Amino acid sequence: MSKKHISTVINGDAMEFLASPEQSLLDILRDELELTGSKEGCGTGDCGACSIMLDGRLVCSCLVLGVEADGKNIDTIEGMGNGSDMHPLQKKFLEHAALQCGICTPGILIAAKALLEKKPDPTEEEVRYWLAGNLCRCTGYDKIVRAVLDTAADMRAA
Amino acid sequence: MEYFAPTQASEATALLKKEGAYVLAGGTDLLVKLKSRMLKPNVVIDLKALPKIKAIEKTTSGWWIGAATPCAEITEHEELTKEWPGVCEALGLIGSTQIQGRASLGGNLCNASPAADSVPAVIAANTICVIATENGEREDLVENIVLSPGVTSLKPGEFILGFKLPRSQGRSGDSYLRLIPRTEMDIAVVGVGVSLSLDKAGNLETIRVCLGAVAPRQVLLPDLQKTCIGKQPSEELVQTLVELARKACSPINDKRGTVDYRTTVAGVLTKRAFKIALERAQAK
Amino acid sequence: MNDMTQTNLQKDLKIVGTRPLRPDGADKVTGRALFGADKSLPNMLVGRVLRSPHAHAKIISIDTKAAEALPGVKAVITSKDFQDLPSEFVPAGEMMVNFKDMTRNIMAREKVLYEGHTVAAVAAINDAIAEEAMALIKVEYELLPHVMDVEEAEKPNAPLLHDDMITIGVEPAPKKPSNVAKRVEFGFGDLDKGFKEADLIIEKKFSTQPVHQGYIEPHACLASVSEDGQGELWVTTQGPFVVRNFCSKILGMSTSQIRVTASEIGGGFGGKTVIYLEPLALALSRKACRPVKMVMSRQEVLMASGPTSGAKIWVKIGVKKDGRITAGDAVLKFQAGAFQGSPIGPGAMCAFAPYEMTNVRVVGYDIVVNRPKVAAYRAPGGPISEYAVESVMDEIAQKLNLDPLELRLKNAAKEGTQAPYGPKLGPIGMIETLEAAKAHPHYSAPLGPNQGRGVASGFWFNIGGETCTSININEDGTVGLTLGTPDIGGSRASMAMMAAEELGVPMSTIRPIIGDTSSLGFNFLTGGSRVTFSSGMAVVESVREIIVELRKRAAQLWDVSIEKVEWVSGHARLVGSENPKSLSLRELAEAAGKTGGPIVGGASINATGAGPSLATHIVDVEVDPETGRTTVLRYTAIQDAGKAIHPSYVEGQMQGGAVQGIGWALNEEYVYDDNGKLLNPGFLDYRVPVCSDVPMIDTVIVEVPNPKHPYGVRGVGETPIVPPLAAVSNAVSRATNIRFNELPLSPPRVLAAIESR
Repeated sequence: MSKKHISTVINGDAMEFLASPEQSLLDILRDELELTGSKEGCGTGDCGACSIMLDGRLVCSCLVLGVEADGKNIDTIEGMGNGSDMHPLQKKFLEHAALQCGICTPGILIAAKALLEKKPDPTEEEVRYWLAGNLCRCTGYDKIVRAVLDTAADMRAA
Repeated sequence: MEYFAPTQASEATALLKKEGAYVLAGGTDLLVKLKSRMLKPNVVIDLKALPKIKAIEKTTSGWWIGAATPCAEITEHEELTKEWPGVCEALGLIGSTQIQGRASLGGNLCNASPAADSVPAVIAANTICVIATENGEREDLVENIVLSPGVTSLKPGEFILGFKLPRSQGRSGDSYLRLIPRTEMDIAVVGVGVSLSLDKAGNLETIRVCLGAVAPRQVLLPDLQKTCIGKQPSEELVQTLVELARKACSPINDKRGTVDYRTTVAGVLTKRAFKIALERAQAK
Repeated sequence: MNDMTQTNLQKDLKIVGTRPLRPDGADKVTGRALFGADKSLPNMLVGRVLRSPHAHAKIISIDTKAAEALPGVKAVITSKDFQDLPSEFVPAGEMMVNFKDMTRNIMAREKVLYEGHTVAAVAAINDAIAEEAMALIKVEYELLPHVMDVEEAEKPNAPLLHDDMITIGVEPAPKKPSNVAKRVEFGFGDLDKGFKEADLIIEKKFSTQPVHQGYIEPHACLASVSEDGQGELWVTTQGPFVVRNFCSKILGMSTSQIRVTASEIGGGFGGKTVIYLEPLALALSRKACRPVKMVMSRQEVLMASGPTSGAKIWVKIGVKKDGRITAGDAVLKFQAGAFQGSPIGPGAMCAFAPYEMTNVRVVGYDIVVNRPKVAAYRAPGGPISEYAVESVMDEIAQKLNLDPLELRLKNAAKEGTQAPYGPKLGPIGMIETLEAAKAHPHYSAPLGPNQGRGVASGFWFNIGGETCTSININEDGTVGLTLGTPDIGGSRASMAMMAAEELGVPMSTIRPIIGDTSSLGFNFLTGGSRVTFSSGMAVVESVREIIVELRKRAAQLWDVSIEKVEWVSGHARLVGSENPKSLSLRELAEAAGKTGGPIVGGASINATGAGPSLATHIVDVEVDPETGRTTVLRYTAIQDAGKAIHPSYVEGQMQGGAVQGIGWALNEEYVYDDNGKLLNPGFLDYRVPVCSDVPMIDTVIVEVPNPKHPYGVRGVGETPIVPPLAAVSNAVSRATNIRFNELPLSPPRVLAAIESR
């Protein structure tokens, strides 16, 4: 039951924490580091609300052990913007009203950002399949997909 | 629970012999079981620090895929996906984008679910797995690993290091199709992997068809040697395959499908997957 | 209540009807917004719930001694920690709740009535110890036979859930108890005569499965009761005032002893209008004298909260050759779950409500079964009953070779129509949505093989209710607006827009917040599509009131009577003076100290006059004839919003409701084993639609103003889930040429029908 000392870089800052082996990275982020922007909707990797980037890979933080994060780079919703300047996706989500309750929004933004970094010109179908692991019960996905496609177009033009 | 991330296979095999020890690869099955308290391990052994366990390498005889390589890395590998499109499509169907970032071929196999998406495709592809043992390594065919739901043929202390996918040469093609109620995020109700090759005349030279989720373990269709080899692919041959597939089914009724449904759809998907694999082979 | 019939519809609107950014937007896209599980307190404990493994059992004994003795355990509670309460009905959303039942639902007393029913709760210093403690609680059960289906449950020899349940609404009252809690009946006219006049009669049975609201945020709360009995509760809820009142009743605390603060809410759809964890967390905190946080797992959410009713429905409709309905008759049997209170009333009332009926009857039964007690779900009852009626309407159209929209137009309810549930309808947009559907390019687009197009209409009442808001003019002339209805999908924006429009100032000067239960008078919950309507009315009234105050202050500064001051574009102006004098809101605010102190106002109303919202949806599907899988190809939702304050969020409601309805129609269902245990308590096998399952959802907002709202608003949130069930089913029926009458239309069910065709 002894805790392990873990060193990570979270949103660009070196951060250390103690993790019990059974704690998920999501539990660490939320309960130990007070980074509550990542949400737990299921705890089983089915809803995507806890999506983060782990060494540049999109993952569900509920399916990663905290102890596995040692030496790794973690990016969460809290680090998505650049200081006071929000990421283009964040701005577009607001413009398009691509959120209602907002609980799925952090995970979807992280996932969408990962998509645009990999594929700057996705089709509607590619956006939909990429985001299939991010459940949203409010919007019916329409405005989310539009916001992602619109951001992609803007970012390509920029 | 104790956590170890050994850097040597021998260390890992020794740890694995401890009471209540479980292997952690991508964690997409293990962590779900931890969360639901289905498993209460004493020891978790994270394999990802072992050499070559997260590698994809082209070898003289084919491909090496490390057991803990995330699916996303495999499906992003251009040369591999070109050579084995069916295997890579199957891997690409496991869970969401997020799951793809962690889930692995080794994990998908050793979770020993009859519905695992990657397994019928790699069995159809005649894949061999390399197993770490107390005394070094041994090899076995993938189809010999899963015995029944949750049970594998691996002995205490053993774990899979990686997979040897053969070279796909000549006019060969493979495919994997599954049926799920939604478009994503479901467990296969039926899955079918097909791998075949054609001779110069366009007749079937080799064919392997493997079904998932229709029996306690994956089913490699028997007797294809005499029914298919040397024959011209025809509607009649397809119909024979469909019937063989349905005959090979011994599914259960559960929350994901009925016996009748699974049996019927196994035939439908066999037909469709065969046609895709055939087209791929013919295109070469 | 003041005169709200004066509408602003003719006015040139500057803000209402535009699409500004929502005031809470930045918080929600940066992870800063705090939801139910996001808050912690120093010295906090973790609360966990021990749940029944059985569908139906008598509780013989509960021994908590070992759990209490475990180091780190600070409190253990069972039903002994709650007083019993008499049977008493109170409204909650569009449903009624009963305190005798409620106290038994939050903590089982004599019996457990469904798998997942709470039997005890533990507070400990961490989750691992709480879990260990739960394993140490010994519960002795005597297993009882269980019943899951309404038609089984109503049989005379069925296992009885409540031995004192005498059916309400039957004359004379039955002598023996049964599982039938209530019978309702609505209608008028002469059915026999109506059916005799008919050229075609279609009669059919339907069944639907219970479905969960599926909010992504599980139930969560953080309670802190101090040694002097003062309680604080942070909770994700649609109704903080309702939670406060329910908890005070359950816990025997006074209303003022519990201050409830609504967190941001991660979806509710009706499911967060009742209490589950809240009284447990308060009771544990009261016992331990420390803060207690409780969060449900997804498994607990699916096992023990929500859903809405599964149902069996019988419908009979008679029509003339030209499609005119001569009579409609229906019997609805709704699962209530373990306690009475399915949405059978509203379900029965709106079954035929889109139509002008001359002879109509709907009989409904509320039936208890060994499943979790149902909670409201978006237009509770409406989707179920209207699915059946709209399916029969589609079959009639096919049989008479009529266009399904024309058939509906021929029978459409309009202003003055007597609704099947009694009253005469005001202006409604049924005809307008049908006309818009007919004119939409989707309706005339070509279809390919194995494809089908379905249409269906839907009706929902919408409600008003008790509401109050307060408004403060800050010292710099900006505005603080305090609302009592949690913002579940952008209502801060529409409230600020209406306030800005009324006051004649930019929306950015208004800061809307959701107040806690100590900062405002009672507000009924966010539900019944009532927020933009009722809270909007209260906002408009409070702004109008504060404008009077502002004019008074200006009059004082100018030393004239208030009649000489008018309010124009955010300024006080002197009427008819040669040198037009004017004072801005800022100037008035800065001078407030000289004119009587802070400028504050508020309004308290019981909003009436909510207008029903009608919708018509069009959907194209393709069915794979070999696997039975249905793909939704195209979807158009058309709805009467009355007036769309913020059209983007109105469209969002229409799109979200449509997709929830698609899930209900195609794949969502509960799978129980023979022992009444839920086999799919997770998002893996409880299949809500994912992004790749659906196409873009086109929307057309129709505006038939509600004359009872200052801007013509109708509620819009619930209606969109009413048409999709029948629209999808009709589309699948037309694609396969098989009439379907069971949901969900999962691939095995559709394939079985195709194969036996």
